[in-house]
Amino acid sequence: MIEIRPQIRSALADSQLQKNLRLTLSKTAAGRRQAIAEVANWEELRQHARQVKAHTISRLGEYLELLEKNVIAQGGNVVWAETGPDALDFIFQLALEKGIRKVVKSKSMLGEEIRLNEELERNGIEPIETDLGEYIVQLGHEHPSHIVFPALHKSKEQVSALFADKLGMPPTDDCEKITATARKVLRRHFLSARMGITGVNFGVAETGTIVVVENEGNARLSVSVPEIHVAIMGLEKVIPRAEDLGVFLKLLTRNATAQKISTYVNLINGKRRPGELDGPSEFYLVLLDNGRTRILADEFLRQTLYCIRCGACLDVCPVYQTIGGHAYHSTYQGPIGAILTPQLLSAEDAPEHPFASSLCGACQEICPVKIEIPHILLKLREKVQDQKSARAGRLPLERWGLQAWSWIMTSPGRYATTNRLARGFAKMFARKGRNPVPPLSYWTKSRELPVLAPKTFRELFEEEERKS
Amino acid sequence: MPFGVDLVSRQRQLVSPCGPAPPCSTVMLATMRVSLFVTCLIDQLYPQVGLSAVKVLRKLGVSVDFDRRQTCCGQPAFNTGFAEEARHVARHMLSLYADDDQPIVIPSGSCASMVKVFVPGLFPEGSRERATADKVAQRTYEFSDFIVSVLGCERTGASFPEAVTYHDSCHLLRELHISEQPRKLIRQVDGIDFREMENSTRCCGFGGTFAVKFEDVSTAMGEEKIRWIQNSGARYVIGNDVSCLMHLDGLLRRKNIPVKTLHLAELLAKFND
Repeated sequence: MIEIRPQIRSALADSQLQKNLRLTLSKTAAGRRQAIAEVANWEELRQHARQVKAHTISRLGEYLELLEKNVIAQGGNVVWAETGPDALDFIFQLALEKGIRKVVKSKSMLGEEIRLNEELERNGIEPIETDLGEYIVQLGHEHPSHIVFPALHKSKEQVSALFADKLGMPPTDDCEKITATARKVLRRHFLSARMGITGVNFGVAETGTIVVVENEGNARLSVSVPEIHVAIMGLEKVIPRAEDLGVFLKLLTRNATAQKISTYVNLINGKRRPGELDGPSEFYLVLLDNGRTRILADEFLRQTLYCIRCGACLDVCPVYQTIGGHAYHSTYQGPIGAILTPQLLSAEDAPEHPFASSLCGACQEICPVKIEIPHILLKLREKVQDQKSARAGRLPLERWGLQAWSWIMTSPGRYATTNRLARGFAKMFARKGRNPVPPLSYWTKSRELPVLAPKTFRELFEEEERKS
Repeated sequence: MPFGVDLVSRQRQLVSPCGPAPPCSTVMLATMRVSLFVTCLIDQLYPQVGLSAVKVLRKLGVSVDFDRRQTCCGQPAFNTGFAEEARHVARHMLSLYADDDQPIVIPSGSCASMVKVFVPGLFPEGSRERATADKVAQRTYEFSDFIVSVLGCERTGASFPEAVTYHDSCHLLRELHISEQPRKLIRQVDGIDFREMENSTRCCGFGGTFAVKFEDVSTAMGEEKIRWIQNSGARYVIGNDVSCLMHLDGLLRRKNIPVKTLHLAELLAKFND
């Protein structure tokens, strides 16, 4: 079971983190607004993208097989992995067979999901993250705190200190110098690693094309210098036609980084062909399920799989803005993390995630494929509560409370009696400051209680009626 | 809304295109009756909000019925993941309004969302209960939406010479897509100094049981909201949900910040009888 409360408490107490979050997220918000406003038919594009996703997800098997066929036709290999360990086993075996000791990796949340780095290290293979943000996170022995900006939780001063410590860089507040240091170190690795592992943003079924969106050129180097390219892709990343790529790329880069288009969009069609100067001599596409087909089973919840990982829902989420990504203690953070984590694992494994939201709906409003995140959270809350009740043997206290409440609320007589009783006890609560009785104690930690009105609305309304 | 469309067009004819509009006429609307669903929070904690809503509606010529058997819409259970318990309470609510076709006015964005958006989903499609829930949902209006969209009235004749700002409650804004109606009503209040705050659409952090389950996050969000309210220079923050206002007011009072919360109905009730 994932515990998030201690992480939340420490995130709230971390003043540096609070400063970093505020600074970075206010910048991205302004940029995104502008980038979206430039596209006159933004709403149409969202609607179109949602329809394409809905269609694809409803015929997922068909499109994945088409993708497989077209990747193989171009000389690539396709590996189907049901679980994270299945995907890892394949990668270890391949590395072992080829005698590979070092891997360059370009950013992949799926890699995080299956703990690729830790597992590679455990098997004696050195993984090198080549995306600057991921590299920072790896050097600091951390995990990404954001889907798109892995090191969003760190200030440049903190990164400078980290680089000084780990790479011997003279401390600086010049971002260009910091970047140049990483670039120099990473170049060496690109030239010496014999395997590159990347994620996949889109897999185009009709052409067998793997699309990798990036800004630093590190993914391009990862797929062109080493002799082997392994792309790991979640099943849901397939799209039917190349034609739709234009819509998805526009939605993705404007929403993720406020860019019209990212610096690099890599369209990868298999391995190096005869006569070509670079590119890998072997290409493997790993199609990973890892719980996704389970999500597919529920017709309402399956829209979770429409996500294109733009990360915008994190940026606009007032909860994420307040606690950052590490507090979620899971691969995926923010609103999408809150719905994805309990589904990729199980509601029992992540029972707090669906509740760590005020259900404000800012996520759904920004989502490029209009995932109904708040409604999914509600559905998942129901699952968690039902499982708790089924497991407990006796009624959990919260359910007992709400059943009593429902018993009162379904009868005007009981409601009236409760009101009279409550007013009898009101003196107990009618004081300023903290109240020791839960759940009032939680409320009054930081807030005053409202005053229970001496007379209810219905009493006052009737008094008025009698007068007139 | 068999009568609504007609009334809107009739009312619009009264509004002059230039100069301040006169307060809405009561004559045209004298035959309309509505049911007020006052919500449990207003009944128990903020009865003056309910009384204000009645006062405003009556001034606009609307007769207000109040069914004293009403309790709650079921939202607290529903938002906490107890659908079965919510269904019981929703069933009771629906039973009160199933047999007539009067509009139901609710002075709360989140309770109106519950009735309009979520309650129908508690019953299986094609069932009789679902049909009732759909009918009730269609007849349900949030208070500000009812005044502006159905009555076609923006200038209610209230007067309040103070600096105010407006907080968009999340369910009102994102489930019911209501943001202009309350603003129109506020702008037409005599003497008012309406100041939009930055980030008015950012959640205040209440979130139902979230406010006690994750009280620390809820509080941090509320404190952020209060900063935006204070930056606007307003002395009053207007909202359409007493739940958000209860949370903000609790924080404001604890911190002794001289900003007051006010429900839109209370603001609109500030007129001389």
